[in-house]
Amino acid sequence: MVDQHIPLSGKEDTTSVNRQIVLPFAKSVEISLKSIKVRFFRSLITTMSLVLAVSFLGFVRVSNDVANGLLATQDRQLRQAVIRAGYDIGPTDTNVGASPKQRWIIILSLMVCVVGIVNAQLMAVTERFREIGTMKCLGALDRFILRLFILEAGMQGLVGAGAGALAGALFALIGALLRYGPVSLAEVSWVAVMGSFAIAIAVGCILSLIGVLYPAVVAARMQPVEAMRVEQ
Amino acid sequence: MAESSNIVRVTDVYKTFQLGKVEVQALKGVNLEILRGNYISIMGPSGSGKSTLFNMIGGLDKPSSGKVFIDEVDIAQLDAYELAWLRCRKIGYIFQTFNIIQVMTALENITLPMVFAGMNNDAATEKGLQLLELVGLGDRYSHKPFELSGGQQQRVAIARALANDPAIILADEPTGNLDLTTGEEIIALLKRLSQERNVTVISATHDFKMLNVSDQVVWIRDGTVDKIEDREELSISIGKIDTRH
Ligand SMILES: Nc1ncnc2c1ncn2[C@@H]1O[C@H](COP(=O)(O)OP(=O)(O)O)[C@@H](O)[C@H]1O
Ligand SMILES: [Mg+2]
Repeated sequence: MVDQHIPLSGKEDTTSVNRQIVLPFAKSVEISLKSIKVRFFRSLITTMSLVLAVSFLGFVRVSNDVANGLLATQDRQLRQAVIRAGYDIGPTDTNVGASPKQRWIIILSLMVCVVGIVNAQLMAVTERFREIGTMKCLGALDRFILRLFILEAGMQGLVGAGAGALAGALFALIGALLRYGPVSLAEVSWVAVMGSFAIAIAVGCILSLIGVLYPAVVAARMQPVEAMRVEQ
Repeated sequence: MAESSNIVRVTDVYKTFQLGKVEVQALKGVNLEILRGNYISIMGPSGSGKSTLFNMIGGLDKPSSGKVFIDEVDIAQLDAYELAWLRCRKIGYIFQTFNIIQVMTALENITLPMVFAGMNNDAATEKGLQLLELVGLGDRYSHKPFELSGGQQQRVAIARALANDPAIILADEPTGNLDLTTGEEIIALLKRLSQERNVTVISATHDFKMLNVSDQVVWIRDGTVDKIEDREELSISIGKIDTRH
């Protein structure tokens, strides 16, 4: 019959130094990028609510920056224009902060966005049961799966938030140009605009990561049998 | 190694599934010893518990009671990390549905277990190409799974299962989704590889084409081992069947 050699892996059994399971970071990034690319449409939908929420945040913040630039000129006519634009400022105020109402709307929109991301990511996990189970059969640890999902969300978050912040800032600046004229762009503090832009991107990335946390943990904890069973 | 040549030992394994309020007993006290290097078929009708046993032996699921030993190590004692190591290095899995990772090419599928095992990229790629050659797909390395036929996908799965030179290949209905001739090719490939590489092949199946190549057949019925036949006895009983007709 078959001759009884000692199989290759039998040797490594005794030397525990070889007992390592790894997924190098570069490889994780490569796999995540590939997943996003292959499921581009799905990734786009997941990212869409983020783009909208972040662009709203960017729009509000940059609009405020423009109004502050105009107020800083101490010009009474420009001040009137800002008031006419709907900002509530008292006679002694020298800048517009986010009003409580504005703040609430922003927070609400960001929360809706997170819920949307959680929902989309949970669906993505369900779609990928088999892939996750297969990876686990090949030796993937829970944290590899977790890392892949978080990396994907991070990249989606960066791109989505970048696009959203850009769109929001552009709309705000174009709106300002139409409403107040070229003086608005001359007076606005570009440092403040860049700050708002950065904040919007950061918030977007954080939201994307918060949104994927629960779905990623669900995916990572999944047992290979559960994952394999979902055929019928 | 001398004291035991059993690569797998299953002792008194029970498995009960809870389906709502009903309990389904999928395995009812299975005992099994599998010799290193053998080609084993686990035969039985659909629903007899083959896949459940497959999952137990592969460390993919835990018995309700009883023990499974791989290389005389009780796999219930392994932590998550050791279990992953076992799946990565000791066991290669082959499924009825191929389970090729869809977003990766054939070659990437094969190299993934080697990446997990800590092999560097170039070495993994080289070995992956060799394995593709071995299963007769040398020119298909850059193909995505959906560009491959069922038989070709199963070949990729076999190459992937061999990636880290496992001691055991576990196959659950490897020919279940394949037509007759493709199924025969896959069986022949598994048999050849098991001999060339001295891998223990354990295959759950109800495909009688497997009988010809098996060193031992474990007949399962209703969650228990009905009988275990060695190759010699098997040819006699097949001979009987042949002469009867
Ligand atoms: N996860 C599960 N939950 C409930 N019942 C299950 C589960 N897996 C298998 N079973 C039951 O266990 C029995 C054996 O199933 P299985 O091992 O898949 O058989 P086979 O692979 O031989 O067709 C069947 O009655 C099946 O319905
Ligand atoms: Mg089955």
